[in-house]
Amino acid sequence: MALPVLSLFLKSYSEVTIQTLRDPLVADALSLSLFTSALTVTIVILFGTPISYVNARFGYPGKELIDSLIELPVIMPPAVAGIALLMAFGRMGVLGHHLHALGLSMAFTTMAVIVAQIFVSAPFYMRQAKTSFEDVDLVFEDAARTLGATQVYAFFHVTMPMALNGMISGAIMTFARALGEFGATIMFAGNFQGRTQTMPLAIYTAMQGDLNVSLCLALILVTISFVVIVIVKIFTRRRISRSARN
Amino acid sequence: MLEIEAQKQLRDFDLDVKFQVRDGEILMLVGENGCGKTTVLNLVAGLLPPDSGEIYLGGETLFSSNFEVNLSPESRNIGYVFQSYALFPHMTVYENVAFGLKTRKLSKRDIDDRVNGFLEASGLWDVRSEKAVNISGGQRQRVALARALVIEPDLLLFDEPLAALDTRMQAHMRRELRDLIHDCAVPSIIVTHDLKDVYAIGDRVCLIEGGKIAFDGMAKVPLSEEDGAPLLNDTFLKSWESEGDLWSWSRSPESRAQKGNE
Repeated sequence: MALPVLSLFLKSYSEVTIQTLRDPLVADALSLSLFTSALTVTIVILFGTPISYVNARFGYPGKELIDSLIELPVIMPPAVAGIALLMAFGRMGVLGHHLHALGLSMAFTTMAVIVAQIFVSAPFYMRQAKTSFEDVDLVFEDAARTLGATQVYAFFHVTMPMALNGMISGAIMTFARALGEFGATIMFAGNFQGRTQTMPLAIYTAMQGDLNVSLCLALILVTISFVVIVIVKIFTRRRISRSARN
Repeated sequence: MLEIEAQKQLRDFDLDVKFQVRDGEILMLVGENGCGKTTVLNLVAGLLPPDSGEIYLGGETLFSSNFEVNLSPESRNIGYVFQSYALFPHMTVYENVAFGLKTRKLSKRDIDDRVNGFLEASGLWDVRSEKAVNISGGQRQRVALARALVIEPDLLLFDEPLAALDTRMQAHMRRELRDLIHDCAVPSIIVTHDLKDVYAIGDRVCLIEGGKIAFDGMAKVPLSEEDGAPLLNDTFLKSWESEGDLWSWSRSPESRAQKGNE
């Protein structure tokens, strides 16, 4: 398991790697990836949190179906996700057709990168957030309500702080998944430097020419992935130790 | 005064209760597990809606199926001490006690004054900055009590408030709890399994069986001559002395009748 990762470092030369960081392809891909991933996480948290809370706390007709649909992109092949997004938001897509009539085009734009990232990475946050909300015993919300808190106040002051570690680890996983997204992005957003060419796409492009650029980008992605795993482990451990204390 | 007449269909039976609790009176709700005791508290607190009925507190309508009134829990001004205490684990002792005052948007100075007063009176001053999960069982109980009392509630509800304490602490807290509740002079309902709680704390006792009130009377020793009280007290005392278990006599109506005739 460790050999491929180690090989990346063994085959890289620090001087070349630092020089390669100044390559416009690398700089563009890095900045675009960080920008789109950060925006993706923000959007997923804003819209995913209330949906996850409702799914954790309330029953409604079709809940199982909605839950399954939310988790579907996790196991969906990226190429299928790309085609699905094109069929929905492409120029001739179900919704894209109407957007195009209004003069709005999403496919092959930076917006398409963000939509693709949201589609494939949102389940990582929403699944984790839902589990974290379910872990917060309803009695705490009841106690808050009897003490004069509205449902909204109880959510922000009691439920959310108690679920925060899980939410943060879910958000970090979403960021990491968005950063590494390739298949759906290349099919739905294309591969245009500075506009839709994220780091994984840049690695793919550079492989056809300069291997050093590919290696440099790969090292950055591996480093970020490693940091993400460490952070998630720290938050998960905190959550477990707090649950044990309760 | 609290007046309740409520019906609610539960999974195993229909809950149908009707009783009153006067200001300053402590009503002990007793009954087997799953007989509907905690449900009654939740109906009064507004955490569950009755299917039908009326609940009045101090002349105010908390719930009325006829007039389609159902006040939200946050509007009822009820102090509720949950069985597990439900202290917020991410907050300090101070923040837990202050929570109900912050929701009422009191000034920081008012909150400080009232919370600090309660913390000192409850012997919690030294642990005021500790997280609620890091204090002892007895201290947690005091925090839960302080949190319920600091909001100056119109009604107090307790769900097995002493169950999580050791025997020695229970005996001490019974006296303290009774004094505290009487000082508040508001109606109080305490759900308990322990006969010692009934006699040491309660003014009145309601026995619930299968969602219905099977007995409503005084909770005092020696026996009184009020309706039903001799039977209850006699059998209570016998089972308490022999097993410490109320339910040895109340499991079947037949055995109860037989014991009553003895």
